[in-house]
Amino acid sequence: MHDHLLSLLIWLPIAAGIVVLLLGDRNIVAGRWFALAASLVTLALCVPLVHGFSSHTAAMQFVEKAAWIPRFHAEYGLGVDGISMPLVVLTAFMTVPVIIAGWQVITQRPAQYFAAFLIMEGLMNGVFSATDALLFYFFWEAMLIPMFLIIGIWGGPRRVYATIKFFLYTFLGSVFMLAALIYMYLKAGSYSIAAFQALPLTLIEQRWIFAAFLLAFAVKVPMWPVHTWLPDAHVEAPTGGSVILAAIMLKMGGYGFLRFSLPIVPDACRELDGLMITLSLIAIVYIGFVALVQQDMKKLIAYSSIAHMGIVTLGAFLVYAIVASSGTTLDAGMGLDGAMVQMVSHGLISGALFLCVGVLYDRMHSRQIADYGGVVNTMPIFAGFMVLFALANTGLPGTSGFVGEFLVILASFKASFWYSALAALTLILAAGYTLWLVKRVVFGPVANDHVAKLTDLNGREFLILGVLAVAVLLLGVWPEPLLKVMEPSIQHLVAQAAATKIPV
Amino acid sequence: MMNLHTFAAALPEMYLAAAICVVLLFEAFVGERRPGSTGTLTLLLLVIGAGLTVQFADVTQRVVLFDGSYVADPLAYVLKLAGFLTVAVGLLYSRTYLQNRDILKGEYYALSLSALLGIFVLISANSLLTVYLGVELLALSVYAMVAFDRESGVAAEAAMKYFVLGSIASGMLLYGMSIVYGLTGTLSLDGIAVALSAPHNLGVILGLTFIVVAVAFKLGAVPFHMWLPDVYDGAPTSVTLFVGTAPKIGYFALALRLLAHGLAGVTVDWAAMLVPLAVLTLIVGNLVAIAQTNIKRMLAYSTIAHVGFIVLGFASGTADGYSAALYYTLVYVLMALGFFGVVILASRKGFEADQLEHYKGLYRRDPLLALAMAMLMFSTAGVPPFVGFWAKLRIIQALWETQHLWLVVIAVLMSVVGAFYYLRVVKLMYFDEAPESLPDTVRSFGVRLALGINAAAVLVLGILPAPLLDLCARVLH
Repeated sequence: MHDHLLSLLIWLPIAAGIVVLLLGDRNIVAGRWFALAASLVTLALCVPLVHGFSSHTAAMQFVEKAAWIPRFHAEYGLGVDGISMPLVVLTAFMTVPVIIAGWQVITQRPAQYFAAFLIMEGLMNGVFSATDALLFYFFWEAMLIPMFLIIGIWGGPRRVYATIKFFLYTFLGSVFMLAALIYMYLKAGSYSIAAFQALPLTLIEQRWIFAAFLLAFAVKVPMWPVHTWLPDAHVEAPTGGSVILAAIMLKMGGYGFLRFSLPIVPDACRELDGLMITLSLIAIVYIGFVALVQQDMKKLIAYSSIAHMGIVTLGAFLVYAIVASSGTTLDAGMGLDGAMVQMVSHGLISGALFLCVGVLYDRMHSRQIADYGGVVNTMPIFAGFMVLFALANTGLPGTSGFVGEFLVILASFKASFWYSALAALTLILAAGYTLWLVKRVVFGPVANDHVAKLTDLNGREFLILGVLAVAVLLLGVWPEPLLKVMEPSIQHLVAQAAATKIPV
Repeated sequence: MMNLHTFAAALPEMYLAAAICVVLLFEAFVGERRPGSTGTLTLLLLVIGAGLTVQFADVTQRVVLFDGSYVADPLAYVLKLAGFLTVAVGLLYSRTYLQNRDILKGEYYALSLSALLGIFVLISANSLLTVYLGVELLALSVYAMVAFDRESGVAAEAAMKYFVLGSIASGMLLYGMSIVYGLTGTLSLDGIAVALSAPHNLGVILGLTFIVVAVAFKLGAVPFHMWLPDVYDGAPTSVTLFVGTAPKIGYFALALRLLAHGLAGVTVDWAAMLVPLAVLTLIVGNLVAIAQTNIKRMLAYSTIAHVGFIVLGFASGTADGYSAALYYTLVYVLMALGFFGVVILASRKGFEADQLEHYKGLYRRDPLLALAMAMLMFSTAGVPPFVGFWAKLRIIQALWETQHLWLVVIAVLMSVVGAFYYLRVVKLMYFDEAPESLPDTVRSFGVRLALGINAAAVLVLGILPAPLLDLCARVLH
């Protein structure tokens, strides 16, 4: 089974999704249980993945290779390293609460809803484990289709606008990446990502390719100023859609920077790291302020996501500044470590926060902060979870949010005092908007009759929020296993990023 | 030694000519009494034709027959097989539609077959005369098909437009050919290829201009596209389906035989003419498609946009570019069969599902039809895992190989613009509520099965693209 573990992680959920689709809305009880079972089995498949993963090597593991398009040297190549393995696990982990969260809530076309998320899961696993650039692109784009349908079918009032904007934005970003990939294929004679990483490229070529990658990944992350699709998509998406969007899809942008930009065009990254750091800091500071004034809970968390992803891109592109100021590559991995931990942690926290909003929305059918107040009086258990995740979002020590942000800020301090000063603002701003949100929604006297009639979490909701809470705390107090798994891959990445690929 | 065996390579044409006679006779003696039986016979004949082609016309070498005016090669084999299948599937989809409009006549089938014969002649043309013969045979049959519904004024108008503009294009083609003939003294494309080897000869460029205009007209490239939306819109949908599919194979062959083979020596010249045409075609096709409210017109402009991609393949001027264009053509024909098939199935007696709003909430009324259409639309937009993605990828790759950076940028940008109006169809079908008044879709099992297979092929060829990509590359190298 080890030989085909990654294939199973990709195709099992997709096949299960098709089965659920075939069972249809009429057999939805069976369909739901089947979907849950499939997502749990997929998660269980991560056990051998983690267990069999060796944290002593940066090489790809669980490698699979098969001919796909021999004439164009594209192969069905899969494999994971320390960077992609945690993201595959995160994907499998987050799909389970999404399925459970939609259990009774989705009444319209439920079979398609569960099928869409299972298919998404498979495609996302494909993105993270593809070692062939064409296969990567294949999954990367294919994933847009289920998300397009999820937002468009189960979304809010402006869902059509939001979903078409989402699709076109990401499509526009991606097609330039495709053009760059084909260009590199023609030079390298293979679509393998490793071949791209080894391919010598002049600085001018690197700049263009960097720009193409930037378009694709910056839209996905999303970075300021191409972030505007995200608040719309988040607000209109159903709860599950928001969770997957925030927890996994945004990570693909970050993953793209780590897997493609830094190792394939290191010289362009070195030259343009100032731009990336500036954009990241703008996201952290400016978007933080934007989040402060939001009236809609989902929009607030969406902006908070953009700011937190700014930490990820900042951490990723600090490498060069650290090497320049310290003269060695020894500490350069810290920013990347931080970026990775932040990705995983943000996946858990933002997912949990969107689930919390979903819990409230299911009861009140409003996401406006002004409609709430004093929820703690009627939903004390829920309030406990909400406060925990809010604090994690602000980066409270002991939660996973702290580890990533702390590592990145520490790394930015090594690069420049001013970077760290600005990056540290995130702690203050995040505390500002998140705690203010909690104060207005959860605390205070009961605001109106609707809030007075609220009922606390049911067992299903308690289960998913509880599991996420455990994960957030566990990663917060004991990030060591994650860091250890990533270590060789991060070191390898630093070496690749610090090297030059300009042919002499 | 000339014997029957030598002519085996030309079997598809000979068979088809005989089949046309059989269909005409059958219609005269049996078809009148039993409406629909001619259609069944035609389908049968097409399937047998495909079988015979596989059996006898599968050549491995280039075979030149009839004093050099006819060529059979692996490319011709593939295109003819595709032609048989395309017309067969198209006629299968059209049957109920024709019946509902009282135009289920034997002549329709005879005309389809003679159009197909024109396509075959084009595919195997190896002299200017044969090319012209094919062009006219195809065009005249199609003009008549567009006007087939005698009751419809719109259709008559469309046919008239098509005929007049098409005649001008034919004139252009003849004039261009005459100049080329005057310069080289030969009608044979092989001979012309040998004679014309130096580019930038003014006389050749003059002749070439007329030929390129004619080819652009036939393909529907901007600014010679004016006929296309009117014909697509005005013709009965079954004819739109026909015009939108099989002739594309023929016109691809026209461009390939004439430009890429006969005028290979002056590739630089005609490729330079095709580049602005392709860019205009992409931009106009995609932008104007956005403004359409009629789905047949929208698909017409989308066709124009796709023609832009095919022309880009030719504009690269390399064998790889031609093979990309071939792949694009075949893939496009497959998708066009599907989406025009959906338009046909959504129409009923007295009701044409030709407005975009007729597709509102199609998901509720007919989930399977909506699913097929959604797959086809995503494919046409070029989104993986569907086959349309590979078609675009191949064109972009061919452009990169020839260092056409700006064409790459325009091509990818325009494919994003295109995505918008295809997504809109999905939006109408899946996100909007159905109005009450729309009639049911056609529920004939056989046709729906065929359409399902058509849509599934778009997915399967998208996930496993290697065989078709290989085939297209092999027959052109």
